[in-house]
Amino acid sequence: MALRFWAALVLLFLFIPIVVILLYAFNSSNIETWPLPGLSTKWLAITWSDPDVQAALVLSLQAGLAATALALVLGSLAAFAIHRASFFGRDVISLLFILPLALPGIVTAMALNSFFHFTGVTFSLWTIVIGHTTFCIVVVYNNVIARLRRTQGSLIEAAMDLGASGFQAFRDVTLPLIATSVVAGGMLAFALSFDEVIVTTFTAGAQNTLPIWIFGAIHRGQQLPEVNVVVSFVILVTIIPVIIAARLTGGSGIARTSSGR
Amino acid sequence: MSTTEAVSGFRFRLATVAAAAVITLTACGTAGPTTGSTAAPPPTANLKPPTSIGPGEGKLSLIAWEGYVDRTWKSPSIASFEKDTGCKVTAKYAGSSDEMVTLMAGGGSGQYDMVSASGDADLRLIYSGDVRPMNTDLIPDFKDFQTYFQAPLYNTINGVHYGISLQWGPNVLMYNTTKFAVKPTSWGVLYDPQYKGLITVPDNPIQIADAALYLMTTKPDLGIKDPYELTQKQFDAAVALLKQQRPLVKKYWPSAGDEINLFASGDAMVGAAWPYQTSTLKASKKPVADTIPAEGATGWGDTWMLATNAPHPNCAYLWTKWVSTPQVQAEQAVTYGETPVNTKACAAMETLSAGSCAQYHANAPGSYFDTIKFWKTPIATCADGSKTCIPYSQWQTAWTSIIS
Amino acid sequence: MSVEAAGRPRKAGGAASPLQSMLWRRPWLRAFLLLLPPLGWFVVIYLASLVLLLVTAFWRINDFTTQIEQVWNLDNFRTILLDPTYRLIIGRTVLLAAAVTVTDALIAFPFAYFMARVASRRTQRMLFAAVLLPLWASYLARVYSWILILNHTGLLNWTMQSIGLPAPNIGYTNIAMWIVFSYIWLPFMIIPTYSAMERVPESLMEAAADLGAPRWRAVRDVVLPLALPGVVAGSIFTFSLTLGDYITPVLVGGAGSTFIGNVVYTSVGIANNLPFAAALATVPVAIMAVYLIIAKRLGAFEAI
Repeated sequence: MALRFWAALVLLFLFIPIVVILLYAFNSSNIETWPLPGLSTKWLAITWSDPDVQAALVLSLQAGLAATALALVLGSLAAFAIHRASFFGRDVISLLFILPLALPGIVTAMALNSFFHFTGVTFSLWTIVIGHTTFCIVVVYNNVIARLRRTQGSLIEAAMDLGASGFQAFRDVTLPLIATSVVAGGMLAFALSFDEVIVTTFTAGAQNTLPIWIFGAIHRGQQLPEVNVVVSFVILVTIIPVIIAARLTGGSGIARTSSGR
Repeated sequence: MSTTEAVSGFRFRLATVAAAAVITLTACGTAGPTTGSTAAPPPTANLKPPTSIGPGEGKLSLIAWEGYVDRTWKSPSIASFEKDTGCKVTAKYAGSSDEMVTLMAGGGSGQYDMVSASGDADLRLIYSGDVRPMNTDLIPDFKDFQTYFQAPLYNTINGVHYGISLQWGPNVLMYNTTKFAVKPTSWGVLYDPQYKGLITVPDNPIQIADAALYLMTTKPDLGIKDPYELTQKQFDAAVALLKQQRPLVKKYWPSAGDEINLFASGDAMVGAAWPYQTSTLKASKKPVADTIPAEGATGWGDTWMLATNAPHPNCAYLWTKWVSTPQVQAEQAVTYGETPVNTKACAAMETLSAGSCAQYHANAPGSYFDTIKFWKTPIATCADGSKTCIPYSQWQTAWTSIIS
Repeated sequence: MSVEAAGRPRKAGGAASPLQSMLWRRPWLRAFLLLLPPLGWFVVIYLASLVLLLVTAFWRINDFTTQIEQVWNLDNFRTILLDPTYRLIIGRTVLLAAAVTVTDALIAFPFAYFMARVASRRTQRMLFAAVLLPLWASYLARVYSWILILNHTGLLNWTMQSIGLPAPNIGYTNIAMWIVFSYIWLPFMIIPTYSAMERVPESLMEAAADLGAPRWRAVRDVVLPLALPGVVAGSIFTFSLTLGDYITPVLVGGAGSTFIGNVVYTSVGIANNLPFAAALATVPVAIMAVYLIIAKRLGAFEAI
């Protein structure tokens, strides 16, 4: 059937580049030509022991965890606020929360960059975290509010009718219902932060996160075999949380929040 | 050629560059940092440099050209420097002077300690207060530097040193030896439609000077004397030439590594380059070579400058001290392909690579120095005092229209 | 209601404390308190920086020292609108964004149709996961992979030469950019299109068949109009993401591949001309604002 064939072609198109880069990570030579002269795992050890890569990995992890933690708190709060209440300006605020992902990355990046320059803040891990948190909030918010919209408000009221205090209702009814969406949002936020390069380039000082290191190395054409390994590693680190998140939310939350990179 | 002849060659250059610089500083007007008819001193002129080097702070953050913080240097190596001083070196590589000036904004913004700036960036850095005076007494090898490079006009103002000279060299024509069996003798090969899609030149507005340099020989009636001081007519001619070149260019390289990639993969076969690219490609057994064509070449003189807000100034001085020693000067010169400023480096260069001293003119720099049109920031005031030359900001806008 | 809960003595006024009651009765207060931290973050950091960026567009830099001078002027905007260079760059960017959008729409439509209407439930889920995976697999990684595939000694040249065709040599060209962008944003187009198609009730298709329409006619007259909002929703992403991107042009493009993103990037990172970059950055935002208004009219917002 023509449609089946087309679907297969599209899948091939989507996956070949990923497979190619994973293959190149095991390239035995340091020259990037096709076909590969041979396969070898030597670059894995070399990359792992490169101090620049190690420093970049540590920074990426620190930024990712900090941004995710902040985003979880702020994003969930926002979702709760917007969900139940209807008040003046609610739509405007919803739009505001979508902006970091709706505006081109470079606009957000430049805006934050000029903000830090203007206020005299030194670029450091914390400026990176501020940048990441801003769009990670959106991801968490989207996930939590999508779930909240699917839960019945009557459950809370029923709990309170049964004698639960507000806090108890929250802890025993709401929290379990949204728990998986919060975790999913956190996983997606982490994946987003780990791979982010545009906003990070403009909010980092002399430090490198892994994506900045990759971009610089590709740009300079140096250490390409190491880039192959690091890039494959980043693919794995960003895919795995997403798979977990998909499992937790049945796939819906991810589709709606998939406008980030 | 003896050192005295070399020095007198420098003295002549010194005179012309001095005239230009003094006029620059006095007549910048509203476009520059000085106002009125007397030159205002640089903002950091009164920052007294230290009289001794304190203990190392453990880290050193440098902005450098690729090849200036090279971990393939063997003896001494950067690792040995780190071990001896405790200063762990990290480098941020820039591909152009503009990029270096941008990175150094805010005195290095507390992130960077030093920058290996070329002549066309130095004055801009000095006058925006991003670099601070350095104490040459703290650099023991300074007395062995060639006299001109002890106080070149691009990094020394009113006797105050805003950096320590490092190395200098030409921009070269690099070509693939399998494609070009005979060495090209003219820059014209970069403008030749025969090589369409195989050419690469730097993505840098200062390239307009290279076009002007070519026009000095091919269109003498334009009357170009200095490729950085162009009247509107001369400027337009250079820009027109570059616009003609645009369809022939495969890619404008923003950094040395980019050009290395282009040549390594065969996407480019001829281009304007730094000797670093040739030497790196040769080290990977690629068939390339470089040459300085008949029309001459533009070039650069580099200085290690200290950021005003450097977080690790002691490590910065330790680094400068280390990089000025004959062995490291020689290593850098031979690996990169440039000329050291330390007169004692010649002997060390010979042990690393026989004939390199003569190849890079380390022992006879005078006449060679004169053939190179060193990078300097184009300003509105020409050498004769008239204000009809095109300033750098227009070079930048013209460049964007050339490459788009 | 359980017996124990009914028998337990209740506090006067119910189990809720006075504070909780007040919050319950005044939902806007509760919302306000919950909203304060995230909204505060957004307003103080994000909105303020956006406003600052817009203001910066009206300033300029000192030519020699490249420091920002807070002098109000319209020079930046004048340059962008009047200088033919920038009209060329903006035009080129918009054209590429349109080409990428059309390409992705054409690739996605049959695929989404297959997913939504032909594939079994299980295949549908697998395909959905298969489409999402590349999306989340590191953007930089995928762009880099294409550099390796398209360059002189890469997979594409080798494949063409092995089957006897001449090497296309499209590394560092606008064609390369078009391919890479279409690849990267394809999942963004597939997902909304699929969602929209999935919502078309099968009964409509059956009715069309009952009325005598052949399959292709039913697709054209029933599915296409109903799925269009999904396609438009997907086009929002492909268009806007291409408009503002600089990573792909810098890594994959060659001479003559200067896009809005490149100029903004080099203006900030190399020329240190933040006011000009800010002015230029308003162009994609303005274009997208217009695009979004049109998309809303076409019903795309319900399809996201």
